[in-house]
This record gives sequence, structure tokens and C-alpha cells, in this order.
Amino acid sequence: MESFINANYLPVKIHIKEQPKIFERFGAQWTPTIQVLDPDGTKRHQFEGYLPPDDFLAQLQLGLANSAFARQQWKEAETAYNEILSTLPESDAAPEALYWRGVSRYKSSGDPTALQQTAEAFKSRYAGSTWAKKASVWAK
Amino acid sequence: MSIAWENDIDAALEKARSSKRPLLVDFNATPM
Repeated sequence: MESFINANYLPVKIHIKEQPKIFERFGAQWTPTIQVLDPDGTKRHQFEGYLPPDDFLAQLQLGLANSAFARQQWKEAETAYNEILSTLPESDAAPEALYWRGVSRYKSSGDPTALQQTAEAFKSRYAGSTWAKKASVWAK
Repeated sequence: MSIAWENDIDAALEKARSSKRPLLVDFNATPM
């Protein structure tokens, strides 16, 4: 966890009693709130509350993936979403990663087959998830 | 290995701009 954070992020810790105005400035309403910001300060991902280590790590990976997606770096985003599916397939973030991996592939290739394949993949993985429902419209 | 937490958000944003790395901001209430 520590090595992942140090390798991929500039980590910042803000304490509510010491810097309440920073909470207000970034719209943090609860503790803990974790935000992923692009280098220009744009918020790309946020989650609140404590998570088990694997789910926490998956959310941090999702933050990197969402950041790449927002910058329209489709291949980088696909790789990052895929990393979640490969390394933390049981995490809560995995169904969301499967959905957005499919979208990243579609954005990269322009081929709607990527979406159909994603909808198909949801039939055997994470079938009960909200993301499976969202992907179901892509099925043939 | 420990995490190299920064607590000055504006200094961190400055570093982020020059290094092109994203920020991970932990808004918390636990003792520092």
C-alpha cells in the first residue's frame, strides 16, 4: 500500500481541526474523505469512509484509471482498469473497473464490439452489480 | 516504508504541476 501510494501519488493529509478551510475549499464533508486530484487540481475521484486494505487500494487504482480516462488517455485508462480486475478482482471497485475498461476500449478503437464483449463478460462476473445493469444495454 | 505525507495542499499542488503526478488527499480527523 505505502509503496503504491509513494510511487503513484503526491500524498497530502489534511486534519479537520488544523485546516478546516481546506475541507471547505475542496468540499470535504466527512472524515475520512479521500480525493484524487489531477496535477492541475481537478478532482477525478472521491470516496468516503474506512475500507479494508484491498478495497482501499482498489479505489486508489480506480482514481488513477479515472484520471487517465478524464485526460482521454484511453490505453492508459484501459491498462489501469485492467490492473484492478487482475490484481483485486474481489474488490468492490472491480465491477466499475470492468465497465470503464470496456468504455476505454471502445473510446480507443471506436469498435462497439468492445461494449458488447463487456456486457457479455458481466454475465459471468459481477452479474448482480449496478455496473452489470448499466452494461446490459450494450448486449446484442 | 512509510508514506511521505505533505500537509500543505498548495505546496503539493505546485509539486504536482511540475512533476505531473496526481495528488492523493486524505481529509481526516485522526491524530497527525
